[in-house]
Amino acid sequence: MEIKTATSTQETSQQREVILRVRGLKKYFPITSGIIVQRQVGAVKAVDSVDFDVYKGETLGLVGESGCGKSTTGRTVLQLYRPTAGSVQFEGEELTTLRGDELRRIRRRMQIIFQDPFASLNPRMTVGNIVSEPLVIHNVMNKKERKEYVEELLVKVGLNPFYINRYPHEFSGGQRQRIGIARALALNPSFIVADEPISALDVSIQAQVVNLLEDLQKELNLTYLFIAHDLSMVRHICDRVAVMYLGKIVELGPTNLVYDNPLHPYTQSLLSAVPVPDPSVEETRQRIILRGDVPSPANPPKGCNFNTRCPVAMDYCYHEPDPELVEIEPGHFVACHRVT
Amino acid sequence: MGVLLEVKDLVTRFYTQEGIVYAVNGVSYTLNEGETLGIVGESGSGKSVHALSMLGLIPMPPGKIENGEVIFQGRDLLKLSKDEMRLVRGAEIAMIFQDPMTSLNPVLTIGTQLTEGLKLHLGMNQAQAERRAAELLDMVGIPDARKRLNNYPHQFSGGMRQRVMIAIGLSCNPKLLIADEPTTALDVTIQAQILELVKRLRDELKMAMIWITHDLGVVAGIADTIQVMYAGQIMERGPIKAVFESPRSAYTLGLLNSLPRVDAEGGGGRLTQIEGSPPDMRIKPVGDPFAPRNPLYRTERCFTETPPLHQVADSVPGHMVAAWYDLPALRKQHEMEKMKHGN
Repeated sequence: MEIKTATSTQETSQQREVILRVRGLKKYFPITSGIIVQRQVGAVKAVDSVDFDVYKGETLGLVGESGCGKSTTGRTVLQLYRPTAGSVQFEGEELTTLRGDELRRIRRRMQIIFQDPFASLNPRMTVGNIVSEPLVIHNVMNKKERKEYVEELLVKVGLNPFYINRYPHEFSGGQRQRIGIARALALNPSFIVADEPISALDVSIQAQVVNLLEDLQKELNLTYLFIAHDLSMVRHICDRVAVMYLGKIVELGPTNLVYDNPLHPYTQSLLSAVPVPDPSVEETRQRIILRGDVPSPANPPKGCNFNTRCPVAMDYCYHEPDPELVEIEPGHFVACHRVT
Repeated sequence: MGVLLEVKDLVTRFYTQEGIVYAVNGVSYTLNEGETLGIVGESGSGKSVHALSMLGLIPMPPGKIENGEVIFQGRDLLKLSKDEMRLVRGAEIAMIFQDPMTSLNPVLTIGTQLTEGLKLHLGMNQAQAERRAAELLDMVGIPDARKRLNNYPHQFSGGMRQRVMIAIGLSCNPKLLIADEPTTALDVTIQAQILELVKRLRDELKMAMIWITHDLGVVAGIADTIQVMYAGQIMERGPIKAVFESPRSAYTLGLLNSLPRVDAEGGGGRLTQIEGSPPDMRIKPVGDPFAPRNPLYRTERCFTETPPLHQVADSVPGHMVAAWYDLPALRKQHEMEKMKHGN
């Protein structure tokens, strides 16, 4: 596949260690019909052949609109959903074939932070129990050690260790997200999928949580897969970014390269649609307004996935198969017939 | 241009089992005809509740409007009876909400919901109303408008539903459109479509607008005047450029500084964060509500006395702030000190 050449050039120039290698990842959800006898009548192609690498210690952003498959990608990588096809190698180990205890063992090294800090914490458990649950499940430390360790974790994420016996409802959204982060850190993982960790938070709290994530990354040498739709925040926090549309990556590259020189027409319009908090800039800004909505992933368009909304689509974009990701400049990939 | 709306010292509270919620604490401002006012604030800032209070849409009890006047075209809306209010709402003031799925009735067709207002407020008959409804759908960019009138809300996508809401909002040619986070639930590309549409319609119909949001970027693109709210109070307000270029409230400055920008090089170290969390609205605010989170610029007085909203002496007319400190002077002083320590 094209991607092979891609990653090899980057590796030779940077010599960076790949912590996660994803190849041809697919996740289809079946659409069934019938009440008693369920027949499959189609499939929602939530993730449709995705390739990417994540390097150790970096933050890879995964952006796109709702329904583009970014969260499904994150969950399929962690094997929270089992993939329909493809390979996920984490620290050299193939995850898609692992089962049971083996999978559980590897999950210590990879964790997830969820979007909604109100839904992802059990309201009947104390903060101490929530944060120490991974330790109990994986049977590390005795009770006394666990308590000390949990207090340490709470301090690390900026919470008062005195809160250990409180319940989630006693905390604000930002504090709850800190609890979720402490839980994710409990098993000392090397890789964290952050699935929209700040989008449910108030504006004045978002910066706090982002700063915390960045501090922890430096301190603990963490690698993040940062899933978000806030493109401004992604530019700030991510080293590289992958733009998804209808289950596929359409552009991938170093963040500043993609933001300053977006090559895919979807990336271009997406970036131009983000409002800038500066009235003088907004006054003169040229927007590329896309027509219509994202097509249904159960019934993607023929030809290029983006042709129903593309402002620059040519005849061949409707006939030729969906374009593959191709490296245009070092580390910068794009999947568009017009560019390649 | 004349004054369209004047809000005077509006106070709204909720009497709940957990205590009194001080939602809106003395909000006063004016809105001119044709003006677009962007109201920015976080959850609990009172930005939505103040708008709902104006239109008599807060549930009473537990809510109660304790004080204030809302003068709209010479009449105090708070003194109107329910029936009189109903004639104002929808006809002269329209409101669109964040979530179009919950504000549209799922069991009625779009056509029924669109024609309802036309028949009630404008006295049209069924045929006239239907014709007008199709025109409206066409105006907000819904293709095949006539056929779509027979569709139900679930047959529309999120962006299309918000277009329908806008069509309903605009159906009776309101003088004022109040939009409460209408694009927050939408993706950025759809948000851009809706903002473009609203701007065009506003200019065509010469409406005034109140646009309530937490997104400073959206306000920067759409509003003439910005009003920053916190803890049920106005912290700062003024012409959009004056406020963005030289914010006078530490809260406005904090918000602006904490935002990363899509058009600026990333990876430049930590974001400037606002410490602490938004105030508990069950505690009666005393002094400057932002003082506990403002270690850099607050003064002793901020903790005891509530600063009145006043004209900023060295800025354009209409740039107002509620603060005891002089932010530009203090910022300069901090810069100087930093330089000194640097050397």
